[in-house]
Amino acid sequence: VSTATLTRRLGPAGVERSVLAGWGAVVLALLAFWLTLPPLLVRTPVPSLVLAAAAVGLGVWSLREGQKRLGWAAAVTGVLCAIGAIAATRSGVGNLERVVVWSALIAAMLRFATPLVFAALGGVVSERSGVVNIGLEGMMLTGAFFAIYGADLTDGWFGGLLVGMVAGGVLALVHAFFSVSLRADQIVCGFAINFLALGTTGYIFLQHYGENGTPDGVPQVPDVSLPIDWIPFFGPALDKLNLLVWVALVLVFAVWLFVFRTPAGLRLRSVGENPRAAATVGISVYKVRYLAVIASGVLAAMGGAFLSIGFVHTFNQNMTAGRGFIALAVVIVGKWRPVAALAAALMFGFSQALAQRLPVFSDSSATLLQALPYVVTLIAVAGLVGRSTPPAADGVPYSKE
Amino acid sequence: VSGAEGPASLTVASRLSGYLRRGGIITPLLTALIAFVIGGLVVALTGANPFTTYKAIFDGSGLNWLFPWISAEDRTTAALNLQQTLILTTPLIFTGLAVAYAFRAGLFNIGGQGQYFAGLFIGVWIGSSLHGLPGFLHILFALVLGTLAGAVWGGIAGFLKATTGANEVITTIMLNYVILWVGVWAFGLGGPLHSDSAADKTVPISNPVVQNARLPVFWGDPELQGLHIGIFIALGALVVFWVLLNRSVAGYEARAVGFNADAAEYGGIHAGRTYTKVMLVCGAFAGLAGVIDILGWQFAVATNDIQNAGAVGAGFIGIAVALLGRNTTSGVLFSALLFGALINGTSVRNLDPAVFPPELATNLTLIIQGLIVLLVSAPVIVTALYRLRPRRARAEEEAGA
Repeated sequence: VSTATLTRRLGPAGVERSVLAGWGAVVLALLAFWLTLPPLLVRTPVPSLVLAAAAVGLGVWSLREGQKRLGWAAAVTGVLCAIGAIAATRSGVGNLERVVVWSALIAAMLRFATPLVFAALGGVVSERSGVVNIGLEGMMLTGAFFAIYGADLTDGWFGGLLVGMVAGGVLALVHAFFSVSLRADQIVCGFAINFLALGTTGYIFLQHYGENGTPDGVPQVPDVSLPIDWIPFFGPALDKLNLLVWVALVLVFAVWLFVFRTPAGLRLRSVGENPRAAATVGISVYKVRYLAVIASGVLAAMGGAFLSIGFVHTFNQNMTAGRGFIALAVVIVGKWRPVAALAAALMFGFSQALAQRLPVFSDSSATLLQALPYVVTLIAVAGLVGRSTPPAADGVPYSKE
Repeated sequence: VSGAEGPASLTVASRLSGYLRRGGIITPLLTALIAFVIGGLVVALTGANPFTTYKAIFDGSGLNWLFPWISAEDRTTAALNLQQTLILTTPLIFTGLAVAYAFRAGLFNIGGQGQYFAGLFIGVWIGSSLHGLPGFLHILFALVLGTLAGAVWGGIAGFLKATTGANEVITTIMLNYVILWVGVWAFGLGGPLHSDSAADKTVPISNPVVQNARLPVFWGDPELQGLHIGIFIALGALVVFWVLLNRSVAGYEARAVGFNADAAEYGGIHAGRTYTKVMLVCGAFAGLAGVIDILGWQFAVATNDIQNAGAVGAGFIGIAVALLGRNTTSGVLFSALLFGALINGTSVRNLDPAVFPPELATNLTLIIQGLIVLLVSAPVIVTALYRLRPRRARAEEEAGA
């Protein structure tokens, strides 16, 4: 490629024009949909359709300029947003205003995303060290049960949180022992962890609480009341979130800082990329992997604890319902990066929040919409965001000899 | 076509000894034994007697029918119990095969449950409609369409893996949840396939399969849920599995890709296409299990059952069945029988609550299942304990693989 064609292709800030066009198309498409929703509530689909058509056009152009994935994604988004806009202009204003309450949607999104964020951070840390952790689901479930059990026993939410984290760490230690020391098949082993967690939590739960379930008065993680409800939009969304929601957001930054900006994080990544080389310079591969897996169990357990003593305020068997697996998808969509994983988790959280509010339209089809987060995961993993490359030694057992 | 195992001159005896040398039959036996011993410890921790508990579970499974010395009265009860055990074994053979075939191609099919649901849903739909069709045709029609539905649901995961590289572990799990919610919606209140009967107005359940389309019972009383002919279809599937894997081009390609996808590609096998084909076959096995369950003994599906099976259904147990059975034909048969007996023996109906609380026993089954999968994930643990394989032979094998 000659310099002339290269400069012709490049737009502002040195980004290729086709990439800019693709993302611009996505923004246009979303704008088209947004016009028809509260607060603007444009009642005719015409401006939206014009915008969506422009988005599709830009997407196709971007596709022909070589942005295969982005171009397709933009064009499809354009079509979907046009359909959404038409649907919105045809449904009643009252229904729309009840479903699309942005501040409530944002708050619900954060609440649904929080368990995913904790578990996904665990997944990032574990997989960066080269150990795949399918057992996140089970570690979450363990955290959920032992947090409420601990809160009940110690009569305090902090004690409960600690008990849950320790339980998650212990289960992760089993995973670490099998997948690091015994060089087991990490996926099969992680799957076993899920069975074990399901059986163990169900067993103790039934033995201890019986058919009545967990009692009502178990201490809960408190909400953080911020005096910000006078701020339009953000105020009502953020003024009464659970403490653990904020902890999750802080941890995203902390894990990013740790993984990418500290010597220990560099060691972690080097073990995940090339354990042999890391060992040559004196890093203990086993130690790093053990610590990373245990940390991932503790993090996943915090996500579970949020579910039981921060969100739902009760425990029932298999209450995590696949959230640990969605978290795994979040790790992949987030390309093994904490901040990108947060973005992915928010996307899943939003789809869950939306599914939860749609019963306004019809109870029966709302049930069907429960499948939405899983469909979104499928589409995301199947590559709208492009193929992501895991750490080179991810899932490969390391032997010292 | 069958030359993958080595020189054709290998005698049956030498192959058998090779199999045994690799811990072929002793490893699974020891694995199960260790898991049951640990399970016994869990029982003891609860304060119950592990020996009487296991005896009660064994008797509940009806396997004592095989003993010639039991009284005629016991034999009648045992026969009833054994019929139930075999009814439960039937789907496990199929779902075990669905997981085993994927494993042989290097894929981890966690989607057996979803594929099972696909078959079951289509089975109950066809079986409860089309009144007046001759029984044989009706059954055949339901079996074929249910199998196809399962194949499609499995094939999606294979196709996504082939075209976008999406990890089948994540996609199959997501597909499980998607079909679960589709079922809850379709058979729930206000859903398109909800029961037409006035009595079921507030009960989320499907229409029952018509008498004509139910599988014939050949052992026991059809009114008392005797053993239906599905078990023979399952035995036939075992033969199909063996032939497919060891005597067909498709099976050869599957094994080649499972052994080394890059080498297989180099040898002219299209890995992507093989993944799709393999997952189609796996889905067909699991889908067939679903139809046979619905035509054989369940006859109708309630949304509660769909949601409860979310993590403990036949599709999930199939994973443990395949792993314990080392993904071989005979292994799947025997481990399906083991798990069928275990589940039936720990069921609320069969386990004497005075010996051990049945609701705890269900979770005990999960724990044992988890332990078995965990131990299988690291074969080194069992073999190292009993020194079945000399360390050097193992190292050579790993170096060769």
